[in-house]
Amino acid sequence: MSENVWIAGGGVICGIGQNLAQCLDAFEKMQPGMGTMRHLHSVHAQTFPVVEVKADNNELAQRAGLPAHLSRTALLSMIAAKEAWDSTGLGDIAQYRAGFVSANTVGGMDKTEHFFEAFVEDNSKGRLREVVHHECGSITELVADAMGIRHHVSTISTACSSGANALMYGARMISNGLLDVVIAGGTDALTRFTLNGFNTLMILDQQKCRPFDDTRTGLNLGEGAGYVVLVADRLAEKIKPWCRLSGFANANDAYHQTASSPDGTGNYLAMQGALQMSGLQPADIGYINLHGTGTQNNDSSEGLAIVRLFEKDYPPVSSTKSFTGHTLGASGGIEAVLSACALKEGIIYPNAQFATQMKELPFSPVTAFSRGHALQHVMSNSFGFGGNCSSLVFSKQ
Amino acid sequence: MNNGNAYITSSCIIRRQTVVKNGATVFTAENAALPEFLRSLYDRYSGQYQKFHKMDLLSKLGWAATEILLQDMPMDGYRPEETGVILANKSSSLDTDERYYETVSDIASPALFVYTLPNIVIGEISIRHGFKGENAFFVSDTFDAGLISGYVTQLLNTGAINACICGWVEQYHEQYEAALFLVEKEARGMALPFDEKNMRQQKEV
Amino acid sequence: MEKLMADLKAQIIQQLNLQEVKPEDIGDDQPLFKEGLGLDSIDALELIVLLQQHHNIRVANPEDGPNIFYSVRTMAEYITEQKKNA
Repeated sequence: MSENVWIAGGGVICGIGQNLAQCLDAFEKMQPGMGTMRHLHSVHAQTFPVVEVKADNNELAQRAGLPAHLSRTALLSMIAAKEAWDSTGLGDIAQYRAGFVSANTVGGMDKTEHFFEAFVEDNSKGRLREVVHHECGSITELVADAMGIRHHVSTISTACSSGANALMYGARMISNGLLDVVIAGGTDALTRFTLNGFNTLMILDQQKCRPFDDTRTGLNLGEGAGYVVLVADRLAEKIKPWCRLSGFANANDAYHQTASSPDGTGNYLAMQGALQMSGLQPADIGYINLHGTGTQNNDSSEGLAIVRLFEKDYPPVSSTKSFTGHTLGASGGIEAVLSACALKEGIIYPNAQFATQMKELPFSPVTAFSRGHALQHVMSNSFGFGGNCSSLVFSKQ
Repeated sequence: MNNGNAYITSSCIIRRQTVVKNGATVFTAENAALPEFLRSLYDRYSGQYQKFHKMDLLSKLGWAATEILLQDMPMDGYRPEETGVILANKSSSLDTDERYYETVSDIASPALFVYTLPNIVIGEISIRHGFKGENAFFVSDTFDAGLISGYVTQLLNTGAINACICGWVEQYHEQYEAALFLVEKEARGMALPFDEKNMRQQKEV
Repeated sequence: MEKLMADLKAQIIQQLNLQEVKPEDIGDDQPLFKEGLGLDSIDALELIVLLQQHHNIRVANPEDGPNIFYSVRTMAEYITEQKKNA
């Protein structure tokens, strides 16, 4: 890389808080966000707990400064992107060559569902306006326009690793001097589409999810958005950046459309590649924010890949999805913000709902919130359907 | 962005029931609807891959285009993690999203839900050929040759990968278009310099 | 039982889109997964849908899948058992 890439700031909205400070507070007080759905309407409402952002679209629209008829995916995106930018102290975004790289998997599916509901009853009903923003790309364009970002806008859709891949893509643009600042991350709203889909895959837990627990039976869906602001050395010198994005890698598991290979080949390659790029040894990593969905398959593959790479030097690990649920395309962005913040603040997040050690693993996740760690390097994992595996490494210097 | 160090060593364009390989028309099937057309590509260029029939149309299109792209272009000189796949399209997986949505009111189909993500086509290509290198899927209104060539050039230059299958795989109802390129550091095959202009020119033949 | 097994073979081929497989290619006791017919975890979920759609049987626990769907015969035995208990 020709230039270092720094994290100048970050913003997050999810089911445990509507900004980063609220989220940290929820971790500290051990308050996971799972509950009965209030904003989403589904026949599964009483069966599956979800991790909703605790606000309706009108409230979100007000905070985002956008019209309330827009997709929730766009509203969440705007709120987190704005918080991320405001946290940098870099002033008016118009003075920079700015980029917005955003990931999502559902696009405006929430609005499309409304349309179909009315349309099925009466073909003359249903507001076409609601389907206009269905495509994943339009969500990004909407938010970029509202943020005043003009130089580069792109949308990445690689399932649950999308958010992390947005950071990788943005980082490359920064390191090559193509842009001054990039807001990178992801967003996804809860929809019936994804709820029904994950239900048909039989990987939704009817209780609060238990990542890396031997008794785990699946994931809880969540929603939200998370973005970091990436800058090069020149701008980083003017502010106090959170940390540096020192390494990242992406690999394909090439095993199955949805299942991870049993030994987590893709996971291993991604973590190994990210370490290699950052010039670190496994023992240098002070904390891993796991992908940790809570499904049998993911946690076992991810765990075994960590065993293979880290051998005996297991750092503290936890899955923040035990609080936020799995926010799909947003998760890589949200967890990048949390990981960068962990490094800045010396925090290690707890893994909620953990009780029983996994038989195949020699380590278990951290269960209590703690501060005061002299963390130097933090790793964040994001793996997705289609075999797409990503790993990011954040470093203090 | 130009880069003298990489070459388009093979190209495959599929649209309007026609396959163009390295600039020459190699297959046409007039008046064939998309599913039948894709099946005829499978029969002619591949066979022996039962999983093909389970894929959605977007995956079948990208998968078949890759089969043709890699004909006579053995990739076994590369380690699995040296080959990446970088694709883009306009409609994401909208066609399959709709099909899946139609099953929900009855009994939702897990096999369809799996394909409601655009990057599953990358997964299918990677499984078929054992590619484990970097992969990404972009969603944009039009084919942005600059974005793809710039990104792939960076991946090659930084050594993240040494070969890449890249391009455009779009399908929505009966509208479809695939434009795939094999890009390598060593010249072989058609050996066109890899840049935005040549990509666009190949796509528009 | 023979009739049920023959029906199941046709249903499996249709549900799983096994376009190049004929009913007579599937042995009554041949393993359906991995080394047998080469089905995977998504196919297993589709077989659960098949039981619901064609036989009105709900499999609530996916962990029962490997036993129920071991072969066409185990599927037929499971269906017969469930119908008896219903």
